[in-house]
Amino acid sequence: MEITEQQYNRNEVEVLRETSIRPLRQWGTKVKIWLAFLILVCGWGLFCFIYQLQHGLGATAMRNYVSWGLYIATFVFFIGISHSGTLVSGILRITKQPWRMPITRSAELMTFVSLLFGGIMPIIDLGRPDRLHHIVLFGRLQSPLIWDVICIGTYFVGSSMFLFLPMIPDMALCRDRLKGTASKFRLWIYEKLSLGWTGTPMQHKRLELTMTIMTIIIIPIAVSVHTVVAYIFAMTLRPGWDSTVFGPYFVAGALYSGSATVILAMAAFRKFYHLEKYITLKHFDLTGRIVLALTLIYAYMNLNEYWIPAYKMAVGEGRLLNDLFSGTYAKVFWILQFGTVLLPIIAMSFPAGRKPLPLIISCIIIVIGAWVKRYIIVVPTLLHPYMPIQEVPWDWAHYFPNWVEWSVTMGCFAGIFLVITLFAKLFPMMAIWEVEEGMKIEETRRLGMEIFKKNESEEAKVATTDGNK
Amino acid sequence: MNNSNKKTTSRRDFLQKGLLAGTAITASVIGLKKVFSEEEMQSADKSIVFSPNGKVFTVDTNKLCEYTAPPPTNDGARIGIAGKKFVMVIDLAKCDGCKACTECCQAMHFTEPDKEWIKVFKMQDAETLIPYYFPKPCFHCDNPPCTKVCPVNATFKRQDGIVLIDNERCIGCRSCMAACPYSTRFFNWSHPVQSKEVTNIPYSPEHGFPRRMGTVEKCDFCPHMIRQGKMPTCVDGCPMGAIWFGDQNEDAVTNSEGITMRLSQLIEDNAAYRHLEDLGTEPRVYYLPPKNRKYPKPDMNEQPQLQKVKHGEMNMGNMQM
Repeated sequence: MEITEQQYNRNEVEVLRETSIRPLRQWGTKVKIWLAFLILVCGWGLFCFIYQLQHGLGATAMRNYVSWGLYIATFVFFIGISHSGTLVSGILRITKQPWRMPITRSAELMTFVSLLFGGIMPIIDLGRPDRLHHIVLFGRLQSPLIWDVICIGTYFVGSSMFLFLPMIPDMALCRDRLKGTASKFRLWIYEKLSLGWTGTPMQHKRLELTMTIMTIIIIPIAVSVHTVVAYIFAMTLRPGWDSTVFGPYFVAGALYSGSATVILAMAAFRKFYHLEKYITLKHFDLTGRIVLALTLIYAYMNLNEYWIPAYKMAVGEGRLLNDLFSGTYAKVFWILQFGTVLLPIIAMSFPAGRKPLPLIISCIIIVIGAWVKRYIIVVPTLLHPYMPIQEVPWDWAHYFPNWVEWSVTMGCFAGIFLVITLFAKLFPMMAIWEVEEGMKIEETRRLGMEIFKKNESEEAKVATTDGNK
Repeated sequence: MNNSNKKTTSRRDFLQKGLLAGTAITASVIGLKKVFSEEEMQSADKSIVFSPNGKVFTVDTNKLCEYTAPPPTNDGARIGIAGKKFVMVIDLAKCDGCKACTECCQAMHFTEPDKEWIKVFKMQDAETLIPYYFPKPCFHCDNPPCTKVCPVNATFKRQDGIVLIDNERCIGCRSCMAACPYSTRFFNWSHPVQSKEVTNIPYSPEHGFPRRMGTVEKCDFCPHMIRQGKMPTCVDGCPMGAIWFGDQNEDAVTNSEGITMRLSQLIEDNAAYRHLEDLGTEPRVYYLPPKNRKYPKPDMNEQPQLQKVKHGEMNMGNMQM
């Protein structure tokens, strides 16, 4: 029994291609307003950043005790979000999950964009961004910060390739389909990006091979990235950071927030691009299970991170933990533990909690929780050094991000949405050829099942007739 | 006369060369002279002087002036003073918390008043233990957590034990501030308030000014003073003679009263300790426990309120002009 091109529904493929490419044909007013809004927020962020450049980091609320604040917390958060693409594309690809096909593109895009802005955050936080080239001129391999530059740089190049490779056949499709509707410039871009793809079996084979190699490479890189981000903190002697569990703790935190972001991106594109036919309840249920599993791991890491020092209450750790458990940060700390970790675990444990709406709410809570948690990791530790804080200006001993920091950070968030929106209006948001392949696989399975059932029933018939004889 | 003129010319050339060659090394100690003048002003007094490479000759006394080698810039400041290992010993039994050390330091380094390179803490390790004053400079650790994490080698450990910062290389990432367990480092958050005289001084990591926005600074053990044969300013300025400073290789430390002691003896007699020894940073600053104090202990209830002043305003109010 051969399954040829003709045998599975050509109509289905046509519908799929058109659904994916239709949003690229025209830019509605809603999109334009949204873009204008994002550019405005971005512009304001940029303006505030220039203000900060002129006046120095003194324009922020950071002072000598809290020398890292919202920027570094957001940096860690963005790098965490970037684990979404690797998770879905890498891990699900290597475990051969065919249902991943419709959600890979949006996940990989999230990785790409959050890494882009994650990489910008520490530069915004530099006292002398004009001396950035010193990292190349005088870089020391012994410094955790250089490990970060290397790992994040490698991950950025890798995930850009990871995003681009499966786009090649789709670029060819855009090149052919958008003739007439898209501008000459855009067609030229598609033409160049398709790298002369014609869909020969040889090309498919090569692409598959490259993707497999990339998958194997990208997973360890992704793990390394968040590990070394944790090392920036863990390589110090500060209570609260001086922890051997920090590397895996950060990786778990990254997967926890990254997987939740996958669901949010998936839900957004499903709604705006009308992909309900391809992204189904099954996808929500399955990704919900993944988020549940990762949240459980994260909760376990949290237990290790806080319970072990809390049991011993050594001097430095004790001061910090008292402040977290029952002091200034107690409310935020317990809301984070119960509201953004335990509550989603309970909700997602039930099938009803993995339906789209409750799952999306859980994921929003998780993503916000992950962000605030980064803040709670960075700031309270800096406010509890070994030396007592005595006779210093009031603002040295207290920290809350001021308008400059909020504006610049919001500008970065807007930048993320801006790049995503532009990308989604220029390139198809589903890996069309992969979904087609998925459909082929399912068709093959369906046909196989039919043949199997047919044979089975025939055998049963024979058996019954034999028995009758 | 002709003959002697020729001679002085050649001597002058020789001296100039010698000066150029030897400035950074030994010139300041010898107290060299200014013999560049073309005018041959004769005077009765002649002085015998050494050139840096050991030659002896005679010059007019009124042509002499004190020569101090400028502190080496950047590359020179990275090496440190050969053969030395600087240490500080702070006698907590003698410290009465007057903060003269802080004031001297701030004046000498043109520091903004909220930055205390040496800061006097009121410490009480536990409720049942006695409170004491605790002056804390940079500990210039032998296993420095700060230099380890610097991504661009802007902060470095020298052969004489001193940890310095090159503010012309620092990128302001503040990793070192996060890494220092003693909160010793300060950041120039805004444009530093400095007078013209200060900004005109050539920069050297050995004194840390003129300071640059967006870079880190801290106590430097005053190597530019040491090069002039003087003590760090906090040592000199302590009215109690509570701070001792010297060279570990010589096993000698001196305080502001001019008393020189053997370092090992001081450590042994007073059961000296180093702060937070178990962190393994190996500080170069030793403390003598506050035993048999001559001064009243600090009142821990009298913690001054944190000053509710805005960052910028505080700088402006106490500008050093």
